[in-house]
Amino acid sequence: MHADEHSHIKNEQMKVGLFIPCYIDQFYPNVGIATLQLLEKLGCHVSFPLNQTCCGQPMANSGFASLSKSCDKNFVSNFRGFDYIVGPSGSCVLHLKEHLHDEQHPGEAEHIRKHVYELTEFLVDVLKVEKLNASFPYKVGLHNSCHGQRGLHLSSMSERNLPAFSKPQQLLNMVQGLELKMPSRPDECCGFGGTFCVFEEAVSVKMGKDRIADHASNEVQYITGGDTSCLMHLEGILKRNGSKVKTIHIAEILNSNA
Amino acid sequence: MSHTSTLKHAEAAAQFINDEPRTNWHDETLWFVRQKRDKAAHGLPEWEQLREWASQIKNHTLSNLDNYLLEFERNAKANGVTVHWAMDGADHNRIIYDIIQKNNIQKIVKSKSMLTEECGLNEFLHTKGIETVDTDLGERIVQFRNEPPSHIVLPAIHLKKQDVSDTFHEHLNTEKGNNDPQYLTEAARQHLREKFIESELAITGVNFAVAETGGFVVCTNEGNADMGAHAAKIHIACMGFEKMIPKAEHLSVFLRLLARSATGQPITTYSSHFHKPREGQEMHIVIVDNGRSRQLGRADFRNSLKCIRCAACFNTCPVYRRSGGHSYHTAVAGPIGSILNPNIDMRANADLPFASTLCGSCSNVCPVKIDIHDQLWKWRQVLVAEGYVDTTKKVGLKGMAFLLARPRLYRFAGKMGRGVMRLFPWLVNNKLNPWYKQREMPAPPKQSFRDWYLQNKK
Amino acid sequence: MSSRDTILKNITANKPELVELPAIDLNTVIQYNDLVQQYKTVLQSIGGGTVELQDLSSLKQELESRKAKGDFVVNRIAALGEVSDSLASLTADELAAVDTAYIQGNVAVAENGAIWLYESNMGNRLLPFICQHLVIVIERKSIVPTMHHAYQQIESAKEGFGVFLAGPSKTADIEQSLVIGAHGARSLIVYMIG
Repeated sequence: MHADEHSHIKNEQMKVGLFIPCYIDQFYPNVGIATLQLLEKLGCHVSFPLNQTCCGQPMANSGFASLSKSCDKNFVSNFRGFDYIVGPSGSCVLHLKEHLHDEQHPGEAEHIRKHVYELTEFLVDVLKVEKLNASFPYKVGLHNSCHGQRGLHLSSMSERNLPAFSKPQQLLNMVQGLELKMPSRPDECCGFGGTFCVFEEAVSVKMGKDRIADHASNEVQYITGGDTSCLMHLEGILKRNGSKVKTIHIAEILNSNA
Repeated sequence: MSHTSTLKHAEAAAQFINDEPRTNWHDETLWFVRQKRDKAAHGLPEWEQLREWASQIKNHTLSNLDNYLLEFERNAKANGVTVHWAMDGADHNRIIYDIIQKNNIQKIVKSKSMLTEECGLNEFLHTKGIETVDTDLGERIVQFRNEPPSHIVLPAIHLKKQDVSDTFHEHLNTEKGNNDPQYLTEAARQHLREKFIESELAITGVNFAVAETGGFVVCTNEGNADMGAHAAKIHIACMGFEKMIPKAEHLSVFLRLLARSATGQPITTYSSHFHKPREGQEMHIVIVDNGRSRQLGRADFRNSLKCIRCAACFNTCPVYRRSGGHSYHTAVAGPIGSILNPNIDMRANADLPFASTLCGSCSNVCPVKIDIHDQLWKWRQVLVAEGYVDTTKKVGLKGMAFLLARPRLYRFAGKMGRGVMRLFPWLVNNKLNPWYKQREMPAPPKQSFRDWYLQNKK
Repeated sequence: MSSRDTILKNITANKPELVELPAIDLNTVIQYNDLVQQYKTVLQSIGGGTVELQDLSSLKQELESRKAKGDFVVNRIAALGEVSDSLASLTADELAAVDTAYIQGNVAVAENGAIWLYESNMGNRLLPFICQHLVIVIERKSIVPTMHHAYQQIESAKEGFGVFLAGPSKTADIEQSLVIGAHGARSLIVYMIG
């Protein structure tokens, strides 16, 4: 945990590099906008390095980690020199923390690995947010993404015998009017899984349908979460089935105006 | 190189899911077992500490395994037990066949041993004209049906009681349509008691082998291992060499974890400690390698040998629950099977490490703290490097990596309307477009985040 | 080279550097306020029954009356009367007819309901498994909290065979429906004396 060692830095002095994963950049710009606006509202000095592309995870998780080396290089050259790097995706952030390397700039790569944060963990652990001026008067189900939860430990895990906590839940509880509903299986995978979603299409979709059914039994209006990839997969199934339930990234809720 | 190898699990899983109500039932039944496991684990405040001890004991044992095996052999021999060593499955099967022939054995009962499944013992003996009766209820059911077990602890978990009823009606002449589990179990009890009483040779597995005593422990709920071993004049216990633990006191750690992890029981009904043959009995132990020493040499994968075969990773795995054990086409299915089997045959099992979303639940439930999902990831790298991954996947990901390493090209592709999809080969790089089959595509927005940023922030 | 030597040689070549065994600190394991109550609760949850007795007299009477009725009961506890000591020569076929076996337990474990039985308590290894019903007698003071404590009390390799036995034989292999009485004893009653 690096939060404490930097707690002396005031928010406005923090140089935050905004990491917007490729599929958010291309398909879900509103998630990027909400993340940027939210961080700025909280007083951070945020910049978006213009030549960023991707963290390299899609290749690496498919067994082609060797192909993601040039992605890594590009990432390091975009994100060196920031105090923190923040991205609205648990999965991409976990990949960077575990696998980002650059032979020519090993020190800078290490700095990034240690200072890259998923949005909700940055808000809770570094900014230590205690209240938000946000309002979202809807019934919302929270989807814990596996990489955020089991990888980044954004919340306690149902398998482990350890004290309960949840960073995203803590933040959602600060949002006015929001009625939070947890599914009966609080941390079952949605089935996206990167290229798993197409190479194991049948299982992937079945897992997604089951997640949706669990949330639907709570009569939620929205399913939210910290990973756009999970939400894109669930949204695809919801739309195909003509469901009224919508997906929304947690950044958009936390940034919603009162 | 097999181009279809990476699709094998996926295809079998798709067939399984075709029957959606049955898939739901399979998922819910195993989730129920997972919940029982949670309740048992959460009932012990020292649960995480126990896992840590178990992990460290196994790590220690693996680091001194040759010496422990020698100590075990010495003590077992002193106890009057014959110890055999098998390089592989064929060696294992031949050793057992030799004992059968030498003693002119006709009647054999076998309790659950995933090792004998791994070695294909039943099939081998069948080719020699020798029939083995599996005595675990679930194993007997699948044996009647000529199917392999679909789960290492719950071998017939893929079947419903109607299926069992039909099978027993055919083989045991039970009432047609009587699906009562109590009735069906009683029929199996009567049938198998006859088999135990007349058996000449009993084969069992081994849960733990203790170097210090030369003894071994076999755990069952039904009592079938004991019924066989104590009735027959010869007992053969088969074990992979990773079953070793240093001392009897270490059994406490593992017996506390095993059943709680497997089924949520505080302990199995019977934890039987075998040390010496009874008077007039012959006792044999077959210690099997079958690729294990190779796995021991793979630094990234060696700790898979800590596995105690509780199957908690099966029950928690969202993919296993929705694809069934047979889709893994190996004796040991599920997440642990997916990191063990590529070691045995990389080509045949190249699909298995990809049959996972890497959600990590398997590693969290593992009572000996095997980093299963990390090893799945690492196996993917090995399988790609060794050329066992099909080429369409390779071409797509190479193109993607090329674009993503070149910011200008990435942005150019993104601006080409639908061309944006080229960035994401898993969305379109396939004529049948598996994403679109049951899911809508995300609607491409008017501008990317970067374009918005340039317009509004710069 | 023999299979044995090849396997051992490969293990020696491939094993990692030696790591230490952990120290197991029993102060960190679960404690129970009332061992007897905990034992009873767990055994009931796994299908066994318990009876608390001051002494063995009533159980002795029950055994005698069952014998008088002609039930095939086998007694292995000296304090309950005549002990069946020629069991070793009985075949499985003969033992299968035993209705109830009475066996002394050595150590009982509160966390899981298990009782340790040495082979010498059984007379025949098959007895506690093949009998239709099983009665085990334990001393109240022989109940220990956990398996760690149990292994401190017993010497698991002292005899050729020994077992931790917890409840009646059971299976859930048909649709996860629990059925008591798979291959072994259909019932277990534990008498707690003292």
